Amino acid sequence: MARLLVIFFSAILINNFVVSRFLGICPFLGVSKQVETATGMGMAVTFVMTVASAICWLFQRFLLDALNIGFMQTTLYILVIAFLVQLVEMVLQKTSPALYQALGIYLPLITTNCAVLGVALINFNEGYNFIEAVVNGFAAALGFSIVIIIFAGIRERMAIAEIPKSLQGFSIALLTASLLSISFFGFQGFNLAKIFGL
Amino acid sequence: MKLNLGKTFVNGILNENPTFRLVLGMCPTLAVTTAAINGLGMGAAVIFVLTCSNIAVSLLRKIVPNQIRIPCFVVVIATFVTIVDLIMHAFLPDLHKVLGIFIPLIVVNCIILGRAEAFAFKNNVISSAVDGIGMGVGFTLALTLIGSVREIIGNGTIFGLPVFGASYSPMLVMILPPGAFLTLGSLLGLLNYLGQRRAYATKKSA
Repeated sequence: MARLLVIFFSAILINNFVVSRFLGICPFLGVSKQVETATGMGMAVTFVMTVASAICWLFQRFLLDALNIGFMQTTLYILVIAFLVQLVEMVLQKTSPALYQALGIYLPLITTNCAVLGVALINFNEGYNFIEAVVNGFAAALGFSIVIIIFAGIRERMAIAEIPKSLQGFSIALLTASLLSISFFGFQGFNLAKIFGL
Repeated sequence: MKLNLGKTFVNGILNENPTFRLVLGMCPTLAVTTAAINGLGMGAAVIFVLTCSNIAVSLLRKIVPNQIRIPCFVVVIATFVTIVDLIMHAFLPDLHKVLGIFIPLIVVNCIILGRAEAFAFKNNVISSAVDGIGMGVGFTLALTLIGSVREIIGNGTIFGLPVFGASYSPMLVMILPPGAFLTLGSLLGLLNYLGQRRAYATKKSA
């Protein structure tokens, strides 16, 4: 249990996907102009990353490892993720049209979000078991959502500020992200293993 | 024809530089540029994948039905990424270790899928190959530039060679994650400033 808590909090705060591992930067810069859209993106990513962690782990164990074809990893993972995103889109459309409407345009974008493929590869590289992989996927996605929502809040305020002409657009967004990254750096000092008595 | 190929090549380096103009493929750009040599290595991998996938997509463009083109692109790209991954693991183990999961993640680099969709699917093999090389070189130059800036300020070296001498105490923050955002943000701002100044000068002289 303590080990799961360490994985959970470390994925959210210490090894945050966006500001410390640089995964999922494209949606982080692309859909963070409004808090509302950022929240929608966060929800969609959380769902897909959690399920993708679980399914990629199962495929790795029962297909790649069983048949000893580890070199197919990248190809298989990306196909699983693309298929999963498509499936989620169709299921949501049938079962929950309201949520589908809310997430609609962000769903197809998730296939090329490197955080999803990234978390599956990290789960494999760290040698996590099934439960750990799912917890890591969920926590990493939660960390992504927290950061993108904070960032969207800052950008909403920044939209009405006076910014030098040459810094407008991506430039000021990246400089802001730098400050956000520095503030998340404060969490590096936490010794989670000690806090949870591992 | 020759002029067009030259134009296509330069286009990827200057007018549509993937990093500074299109702002695509940000994840590897920020993550691996802690040193100039890493930027160069990542760039080389991307040049290979981008050129090969552009050629393959261009060859397949008349066979693949429009509806399933994206999954086909992804499989083509994933194949070349696997090749690069295995080759780097065998011959450049140190670089492979530093770049880590960002090599398999070339699959989801938007530059490659973007060029397959926007260029290779509509053009012939030779210009697609040239476009791939041009874009790849533009990406490599940008990554090497960012890597050099971060390495010089953050470590006092460039390509491993000392620049400032022993008395320089490096600004460690530049090679940590915040420095990546800071460097790219500042470079984008600087390029915008230079572009605006040039536009202003040409307007004045006209």
